[in-house]
Amino acid sequence: MEQLAQQLVNGLALGSIYALIALGYTMVYGIIQLINFAHGDVYMVGAYVGYFCMVHLNLGFVESLVIAMAVCTVLGVVIERVAYKPLRKSTRIAVLITAIGVSLLLEYTMMFFVGADTRTYGVLPPFMEQSFNVGGVLITMKQIIIIGVSVLLMVVLQYIVRRTKVGKAMRAVSQDADAARLMGISVDNTISFTFALGSALAGAAGVLVGVYYNAINPLMGVLPGLKAFIAAVFGGIGLIPGALLGGYFIGAAETLVSGYWSSLYTDAVVFGILILVLIFKPTGLLGSNVREKV
Amino acid sequence: MLEIKDLEVGFGGITALKGISLSVAEGEIVTLIGANGAGKTTTLRTVSGLVRPRAGKILVDGQDVTRLSAQARVKRGLVQVPEGRRVFPQMSVLENLELGAYLRKDAKSVASDLDDVFARFPRLADRRKQHAGTLSGGEQQMLAIGRALMSRPQILLLDEPSMGLAPLLVQEIFSIVSEINAGGTTVLLVEQNANMALQIAHRGYVLETGKIVLAGTAAELTSTDEVKRAYLGG
Ligand SMILES: Nc1ncnc2c1ncn2[C@@H]1O[C@H](COP(=O)(O)OP(=O)(O)OP(=O)(O)O)[C@@H](O)[C@H]1O
Ligand SMILES: [Mg+2]
Repeated sequence: MEQLAQQLVNGLALGSIYALIALGYTMVYGIIQLINFAHGDVYMVGAYVGYFCMVHLNLGFVESLVIAMAVCTVLGVVIERVAYKPLRKSTRIAVLITAIGVSLLLEYTMMFFVGADTRTYGVLPPFMEQSFNVGGVLITMKQIIIIGVSVLLMVVLQYIVRRTKVGKAMRAVSQDADAARLMGISVDNTISFTFALGSALAGAAGVLVGVYYNAINPLMGVLPGLKAFIAAVFGGIGLIPGALLGGYFIGAAETLVSGYWSSLYTDAVVFGILILVLIFKPTGLLGSNVREKV
Repeated sequence: MLEIKDLEVGFGGITALKGISLSVAEGEIVTLIGANGAGKTTTLRTVSGLVRPRAGKILVDGQDVTRLSAQARVKRGLVQVPEGRRVFPQMSVLENLELGAYLRKDAKSVASDLDDVFARFPRLADRRKQHAGTLSGGEQQMLAIGRALMSRPQILLLDEPSMGLAPLLVQEIFSIVSEINAGGTTVLLVEQNANMALQIAHRGYVLETGKIVLAGTAAELTSTDEVKRAYLGG
């Protein structure tokens, strides 16, 4: 029982990370039907920016988080404008290959500058190293921070998408881009904004992971990126609630498998889940035939 | 007020518009009628800036808007109710109407226009929280018109508002279009239902495979043999 609760707490923390990354995949897909394979690398860049801020500039956690989000926002918009926007009218496969190209570019540019070695965030402020024993279940301050920050960001995101003008424009463009144009909505700006939002969340996830595992490297975005993509597909790609559901489900599945079985099998289980979803419910758990995309 | 000059539009090998010219004066209802594939929708999409023409000009109040973005044209008061309604299906009626006012900053007059739309279409008022995709075809058409009104159009472009509606609803929609026009909005109405369109329009043009083949007042067109035979079922 305690073991189960422990694994669920761990799963909640890990799932928050996947959910944050999956949101970016799903929002971008919802608006331009593109699987942005460079998204996991934006998360990696976020982790490095956080590292640089905390280790080299001696900034606090919150400042570092905000700066990483800001840098990733700009990076996401630049990627969209430079790499994807010129291909708006191209075939989907051309854009997809470009996305893989951008991904490799980010990975190896980062490697060129910082080397391939794994780096650590070093000694964290003492308050972040605390942990609490709640009825035999160990909850660390880092986990609380990860879950708390993630939930806060998700609430802010929901507010933006549901209530603000630009959020309504995002939903309008995802449902009918031409009709949105007829309302006077700038589709290009709305797409950029979507990349900005998704990239900011990925940047935050990068810093949170850096703090959690205390180890980052230029290829760290590959596997979590893939898993977050699976999370998005699992919940129904294009659907914000689907990304959250998928993220937490994959996080919990991973920690349960490694807790009860072996961490060797976690990836196999996650990819197995993807295959099952694709066979039995290709539109994802929350997806239907007529689906809301953002 | 709106002038189209020698407009040519092509899609790859197909030439959809082969140099059409037409004009709509302030306060008029002008109808553009034609069979399937004549190029009516292409004309409106080009006027709204969704399609780039190969040649020709579009003028609003004498000013060339041919190179302007779709957004800038909405700002100019060129507002379209597209073919097939194109409401945002997963958004509420209210949100759809709010999107119509997307470019407007004057919250007060937006709110009063919203009241006007609900007064004009009481069925929308009852369903303001409902998803637009769950509305009936007639209600969706009302929403599409209401949404366009929220943009404060100078010139309202309507693409087959009668499509797929029962005769009684068609009547209702057309009388609403007349009312909107009487309120001072200039209207360019694309229709296949020539009969109804010519009843409310002042003037009309007949489009055939990308060319304007006839033009005249509504009365003239109604009494033309060709129009009677091809479009009025007699
Ligand atoms: N995006 C496009 N790509 C290729 N061809 C197009 C495109 N849009 C329109 N066309 C072609 O242009 C011609 C005119 O089409 P348009 O939709 O303007 O006709 P319409 O008069 O509105 O017909 P309907 O009454 O059926 O709506 C048609 O031959 C159509 O196939
Ligand atoms: Mg048409």
